[in-house]
Amino acid sequence: MSSDVLLQIRDLQIEGRAGEDWLPIIKGVNLTLKRGEVLGLIGESGAGKSTLGLAAMGFARDGCRISGGEINFDGIDLRTASERAKRNLRGQRIAYVAQSAAASFNPAHKLIDQYCEVPVLGGMSRSKAADEAVTLYRKMQLPDPEDIGFRYPHQVSGGQLQRAMTAMAMACHPDLIIFDEPTTALDVTTQIEVLAAIRDIVRDFNTAAIYITHDLAVVAQMADRIKILLRGDEVEEADTRAMLAAPKAEYTKSLWAVRSFTRPEQPPAEGAPLVSVQGVTAGYGKAQILHDVSFDIHPGRTVAVVGESGSGKSTVARVITGLLPPREGQVVFDGQPLPPDYRARTRDQLRQCQMIYQMADTALNPKLPLRELIGRPAQMYLGLKGRALDARVRDLLALIELEPDQYIDRLPSELSGGQKQRIGIARALAAEPRLIICDEVTSALDQIVQEGILKLLDRLQREFGLAYMFITHDLSTVRAIADDVVVMQLGRVVEQGPKPEMFTPPHAPYTDLLLSSVPEMDPDWLTRLLAAR
Amino acid sequence: MNVLIFLVLAIAASIPLSYAFRAGLVRVLPHEKALVARDMPLTAAFGIMVIGVYVIVAFAAPLLAPFPERAVVGSQFQPWDSTYLLGTDRLGRDMLSRLIYGARNTVGIAFATTALAFVVGALLGIWAALRGGWLDQLLSRFVDALMAIPSLIFSLLLLTIFGTSVLTLILVIAAVDATRVYRIARSVSQGVVVMDYIEAARLRGEGNWYLIRHEILPNALAPLVAEFGLRFCFVFLTISSLSFLGLGIQPPTADWGSMVRDNATLITFGDMTPLMPAGAIALLTVAVNFVVDWQLYRASGLKEQG
Amino acid sequence: MHAVLMMILQRLGLGILTLFVVSVVIFGATELLPGDLASSLLGQSATPETVAALRQQMGLDQPAPVRYWTWLTGVVQGDFGVSLATRRPISDMMSMRLGNTVFLALYAAAIAVPLSLVLGILAALWRNSLFDRVANAGALSAISFPEFFVAYILIFLLAQSGVFPSMVRISPAMGLTDKLYVTFLPALTLTLVVTAHMMRMTRAAIINLMASPYIEMARLKGVSPLRIVLRHALPNALAPIINVVALNLAYLITGVVVVEVVFVYPGLGQLMVDSVAKRDIAVVQAIALIFASAYVLLNLTADVLSTLTNPRLMRRK
Repeated sequence: MSSDVLLQIRDLQIEGRAGEDWLPIIKGVNLTLKRGEVLGLIGESGAGKSTLGLAAMGFARDGCRISGGEINFDGIDLRTASERAKRNLRGQRIAYVAQSAAASFNPAHKLIDQYCEVPVLGGMSRSKAADEAVTLYRKMQLPDPEDIGFRYPHQVSGGQLQRAMTAMAMACHPDLIIFDEPTTALDVTTQIEVLAAIRDIVRDFNTAAIYITHDLAVVAQMADRIKILLRGDEVEEADTRAMLAAPKAEYTKSLWAVRSFTRPEQPPAEGAPLVSVQGVTAGYGKAQILHDVSFDIHPGRTVAVVGESGSGKSTVARVITGLLPPREGQVVFDGQPLPPDYRARTRDQLRQCQMIYQMADTALNPKLPLRELIGRPAQMYLGLKGRALDARVRDLLALIELEPDQYIDRLPSELSGGQKQRIGIARALAAEPRLIICDEVTSALDQIVQEGILKLLDRLQREFGLAYMFITHDLSTVRAIADDVVVMQLGRVVEQGPKPEMFTPPHAPYTDLLLSSVPEMDPDWLTRLLAAR
Repeated sequence: MNVLIFLVLAIAASIPLSYAFRAGLVRVLPHEKALVARDMPLTAAFGIMVIGVYVIVAFAAPLLAPFPERAVVGSQFQPWDSTYLLGTDRLGRDMLSRLIYGARNTVGIAFATTALAFVVGALLGIWAALRGGWLDQLLSRFVDALMAIPSLIFSLLLLTIFGTSVLTLILVIAAVDATRVYRIARSVSQGVVVMDYIEAARLRGEGNWYLIRHEILPNALAPLVAEFGLRFCFVFLTISSLSFLGLGIQPPTADWGSMVRDNATLITFGDMTPLMPAGAIALLTVAVNFVVDWQLYRASGLKEQG
Repeated sequence: MHAVLMMILQRLGLGILTLFVVSVVIFGATELLPGDLASSLLGQSATPETVAALRQQMGLDQPAPVRYWTWLTGVVQGDFGVSLATRRPISDMMSMRLGNTVFLALYAAAIAVPLSLVLGILAALWRNSLFDRVANAGALSAISFPEFFVAYILIFLLAQSGVFPSMVRISPAMGLTDKLYVTFLPALTLTLVVTAHMMRMTRAAIINLMASPYIEMARLKGVSPLRIVLRHALPNALAPIINVVALNLAYLITGVVVVEVVFVYPGLGQLMVDSVAKRDIAVVQAIALIFASAYVLLNLTADVLSTLTNPRLMRRK
């Protein structure tokens, strides 16, 4: 073993407790990391990437155990090392940056106190540690670096907390940092800043890192090498450029192929709109969320409403469905103004506009079988009963590509995430609506599953001439499925128009920022972008 | 020290017994339920076994008891012998028979009270969570005010006013406990009401009754069942305490709380017979608590996995 | 700081409002009395004239709000009216007993609070260990025991042999050591029952806290277990622990009633039970008000204290 190898993991096996039994989570993974090298760890949910990252620190969460293999960090065997020896490594030589900085900072202490804890335990004087903290805060481009440390976590924004956590991890100049999805919870425009700061500081300190993420484009910017995990097994490992250029394994190729689906372009909309949102202003209590929002949705077309968190895009959906009556303005459906409150709408008005939710887990009653979940709207709106109802439910299941006999009596808990989302679609279809509002329907799903859902929605749209309102923060989804785009920021429509127009300059400044912030599968994208800005 | 030795022996005996009971359950039950039974802790098996015995005793009391409930059959405070297995009480009634009938009276009344408190409290709680707005505020503030008075104290106050009969006892305790059930039911339902599937059902145009029956109740059931167990323990202990204080179930009805009170003088003479009805109360409460604890653990474990 | 002061004032205001509502409920409950207080007091043999005379004497001929106001202003000045059974001023009957009850409750609390916090924290730290399982099963059993069962077992074990007295006779002249000695059994009974509750709740609160991501972060920073508990968990555990303690001290209030009866302890609880048996509504009303006020004040104190320990509330954005 050459001395520039920092971390060596061989045939690692980790098990997790399931009741009385232990089930494998990591099934014999090897990993080698040189000093100063950044390894990207890619996988979908349940691939075991966080578990592997923590194991690199000799750590297993409660309910998990390392059951085989070896973990060697710079000549120290982490499987046999004493707890005390491992404690001395952690924080000092191996540091960790968690996904949710907001939950991982202790709410009871100031940021700088939490920063200083490890250096002071390591023997540094408190004032020196505090001075270094300010230097690092400045390096991480935190605003007001002199004072920000004296705030409590809840007084600092999410993107800033994530950078403060990276600074904290850097405190003792560790040899290795584990980044566990550090930007997943952030908006795209915030993500850029954090990515840039992390990349620079890791390079400046020549720190080795394991960068865990599910986002290929992000890892392309950050990692020298990429390792791909699937259900606890290693699929493939290669240099970043080599892997992007020529993925070998089938699974890797399928990951790459995800972004290939695009709905064929449609001619611009003509004729009367199905839904017209006219000058809507709305809010809760004193807070005004929407300001004078107007746009149209035409039959058979998909309008994507795009924006970051706090843009008011979901609130628009609540106004259209009647959950939040607007203060000013109105929603016109097929030429008729809709009553502002859903309770005042007729059953037929309710039927024509259906909704699909982001989290299928909370959108489907876990105690009802699919037969009732899908059948209820058909029974209620169309008066179907007995045989006819049963046949209709079976048709709908076939329509969403689930085998009726096999699935009709299942509960939602017996389905995968993607299948649950398909049930949400079937439930909406059962009402035979003309408009379906899709609220971030793919953002909780793995990329391959997303693809399937988007294709299904596209097919259904062509088959039934449905109009979609697609609420999303993800511009690649917009590229794939939209006909028209509405960009929102802070409760206002910034720009709107047909998709081809929206994706060619000139843009409104915010649209420009949003578009340019979406990571691309090009290792030089971030460098170029930062140079251009 | 007899009591300690007795307790140690009882615990030592109950371990193999619960073990055998659990093994028996695994054999008898259909496959799926047998799996659940196999994984249940010994304490829960013990709890189920004890509850089963109490239920049998309560239903079969006239068959099991050697003497009638209220008849004076011997002289006062007779010691244990072959006729009066546990001796007689201060009026000369058979202790064992009264202990057996007590299962019927004390447990039955506590169960009826809990059920009443539950129907009223849970329905109001779910309704308040579903409706929200001023109705919810009004009900909740009213319940808050009632709950600012400790429950035993409030029960004592109400019993002073309405007098002590079994009916008033049931109504008073049920009313006081319904406030606690309301709180739980409301908070559990609020957790359900914010779910998207409720919003979806509302947007579909479903009525309140459908929402309660099909959407809320099935999802609120597990915590409510656990709460029913806990509430039962609480009501059972409250009624026993009131009877012990002479303010609950009135003589000549055989009841465990008042049996302790009536015969307490024996304890200072070193006779442990009066501890038996108290022990009977404790044993049932322990059993129910063990089962509830297991159910709560199961519910939380399932949630973590899902 | 200004916002916190406002919040505390708000809580105090709410507390006073609750007290007011409680007094209305307690007073109003007696209005539900079937028939008339005076006729039920005089019994079957009373003539209409004597009833009318008593009604006037008791002020029953006045409308309810007026009577409530008279009662409330009296209570605020320490005048609870006269007992229906003995015709003695209620405040005289209660003064000694109130002190005794408070003494017993504090005695029990002084043992139970530190004991249960230590046991609860240890059980949480050594989760699923033998200690945790035994402590848990023990606590669950103790919760399930009626207070009088615990009391009689203790009498059976400790008083029968003459180590401690089973009936408590105390006088104001007694020294503190003697007083602690004679009230040991009732205090121990209360301690056992309350400790079980408090231990379980402390354990649950700590386990909940130890599952937070920031505790995992501290472990991944290489912080020692002791330091994790003291520096990372404890500051955040204060609020839940304060609430657990308050809840259980409030529980002492009701526990005291039964225990006082068992040990013939001259406290408020015993007086209340006697008065319920005699249907002396005036005394029951007064004692219920005192117990309820103590309960409200305890919860109020806990509320204010846990506000003060919460950095999120103390330092707004």
